[in-house]
Amino acid sequence: MHNDLNPLLEVQGLKTYFYTDDGVVKAVDGVDFHVNAREVLGLVGESGCGKSVTALSIMRLVDSPGKTVAGKILYEGRDLLSLDKSEMITIRGNRISMIFQQPQTSLNPVFTVGDQIVEVFQIHSQLSKKETWEKAVDLLQLVGIPDPERKAHAYPHEMSGGQAQRVMIAMALALKPQLLIADEPTTALDVTIQAQILNLLRDLRNHIESSIILITHDLGVIAEMADRVAIMYAGRIVEQTDVRTLFAQPLHPYTLGLIASVPVLGNVKEELATIPGNVPNLIDLPPGCRFASRCKAREKYGLSICTACEPDLLSVAEGHTVRCWLYQDGEGHKAPLSK
Amino acid sequence: MREQTNDKDLIQVEHLVKYYPVYGGVFRHVVAWVKAVDDVSFGIKEGETLGLVGESGCGKSTVGHTMLRLLAPTGGQVKFDGVDILAAPERTLKNIRRNLQIVFQDPFASLDPRLPIGESIAEGLKIHKIGTPQERFERVLEVLSKVGLEDYHAMRYPHEFSGGQRQRIGIARALVLQPQFIVLDEPVSALDVAIQAEVLNILKYLQRDLGLTYLFIAHNLAVVEHISDRVAVMYLGKIVELAGRDELFRNPLHPYTRALMSAIPIPDPTLKREQIILKGDVPSPLNPPPGCRFHPRCPQAMPICSQQEPEMQEAAPEQWVCCWLYQER
Repeated sequence: MHNDLNPLLEVQGLKTYFYTDDGVVKAVDGVDFHVNAREVLGLVGESGCGKSVTALSIMRLVDSPGKTVAGKILYEGRDLLSLDKSEMITIRGNRISMIFQQPQTSLNPVFTVGDQIVEVFQIHSQLSKKETWEKAVDLLQLVGIPDPERKAHAYPHEMSGGQAQRVMIAMALALKPQLLIADEPTTALDVTIQAQILNLLRDLRNHIESSIILITHDLGVIAEMADRVAIMYAGRIVEQTDVRTLFAQPLHPYTLGLIASVPVLGNVKEELATIPGNVPNLIDLPPGCRFASRCKAREKYGLSICTACEPDLLSVAEGHTVRCWLYQDGEGHKAPLSK
Repeated sequence: MREQTNDKDLIQVEHLVKYYPVYGGVFRHVVAWVKAVDDVSFGIKEGETLGLVGESGCGKSTVGHTMLRLLAPTGGQVKFDGVDILAAPERTLKNIRRNLQIVFQDPFASLDPRLPIGESIAEGLKIHKIGTPQERFERVLEVLSKVGLEDYHAMRYPHEFSGGQRQRIGIARALVLQPQFIVLDEPVSALDVAIQAEVLNILKYLQRDLGLTYLFIAHNLAVVEHISDRVAVMYLGKIVELAGRDELFRNPLHPYTRALMSAIPIPDPTLKREQIILKGDVPSPLNPPPGCRFHPRCPQAMPICSQQEPEMQEAAPEQWVCCWLYQER
């Protein structure tokens, strides 16, 4: 199923900077990853690590003062960054679509949800108004909205958070896109509603056979949903591997810290592991590894290179890449600590 | 029947009720009531953490706020050391409140942006006229070090701190009056996991060090399990299950507790489990369903559930549950 030779989407060296009065915020600073056909790629990181900006960059939705300054986003062999506005519109919503964290603020409050789904068809297809309305009702049914014919006439404020997110998913999937970017789709929802939405996404993926980039900070959601995972820290990918390896053999000290700091249901520890310190300032980044100042492994192994020089994202095993000096030497080769 | 509270408890909440009026019609009279908290009883022993867990709108924060009389209660009693807080006259309330503090979810919104945090923390001492300015300052430094901040932080303003540090400041401010009891209202929900772990560790350390009693309000069951000694699960203004942590998590009895637990994603991709996916949304507390409030979403609902409300029963030792599955008809 996984065909690494021909990924659906390939992001290379993506850099998106924000030009603010205080300086240049390097929100996304050289990000590389790929998404294979029909897979769920989890993009994980703490707030401010650049995961949402990465998603917006793929959709070409970054607004001033932000700008994508370098990199390639190859989709079916074409670089999305080189497309003009009208070409991008034919892709956005049609081939690649996105759902956001706050469903209620992402819907237009003055139109019924039916009208908003119909709009997707009007932009991308030649169907009549009646046909598109029927399709919209079918979609609402598909995403599990009770009484879809009546609910299509409802306004966003008449829906609960879970229902609004279902409507967003219906809109995003209207044209059976090949790639769905879900940016924290369940973070604003209660757990029982989150379970419903994740279940729905799983069903729909099997149904439509699209790929999903799932952005979240919740490692539990990743374990349940993702096939592969990319961990982001301060604008960079620091580790990328399949989901089982990530939890069984995490390598990057940041990944290790992240996994250890989550309280797990049914597994009470007296004390939770923490990651000391703070995320570096993205305007004035330190030289060397961005995680160095918080890294316990650096101290343990007494590495001095970490604060001088930044490591590459290097392959340590089949399909497992890590950006850490523990696993590479100065010439970009595997260091003794890697397997 | 209702023996969830006990005279030896530091905090005894009995039949707590909080309704909000809904106004309507031409004359803006009360047309309905939102039953945010509807007859809630529990006790908290000294030095213990009671976790109060539930989804948004279940009334868990309202319980915390009403207990401290930050919201006027509609009915019920809250006894602290035998004194009913809800019936206490205004002038004695200030003295009682010294012992009862609260930490809020959003640390930034609960700090004055124009005050250095040292002054924010000292405010409680000033209001209670405790100590000289010098003594107050020393006390501020003392609580700052307790929560892992440095002396020089006292001169800084809230915007200079990260989310995790701000929440420590919120905790420091609650600690400064040396309270016995602290309501923690979703104190880690707005924080990233690594920071959340830090704040949870601090809360546990402070409890051991100072013998504090906590009511820990949260929606995240894993966090609640981590920090609580006993746990109460709320649904639509009612407690549906109340038990010791291990009992509750090993053997949840109420179908809602079970569904809530199975809905939590577990960070282990090798784990395969049967999930209970609840149908529909949480109904509005404006017009709660008749009988058991959970029955429209309950996978095990029986005919009686929609007709008559079940009562709290001690279904297992120290494990209270409000469900017809465990009650003689």
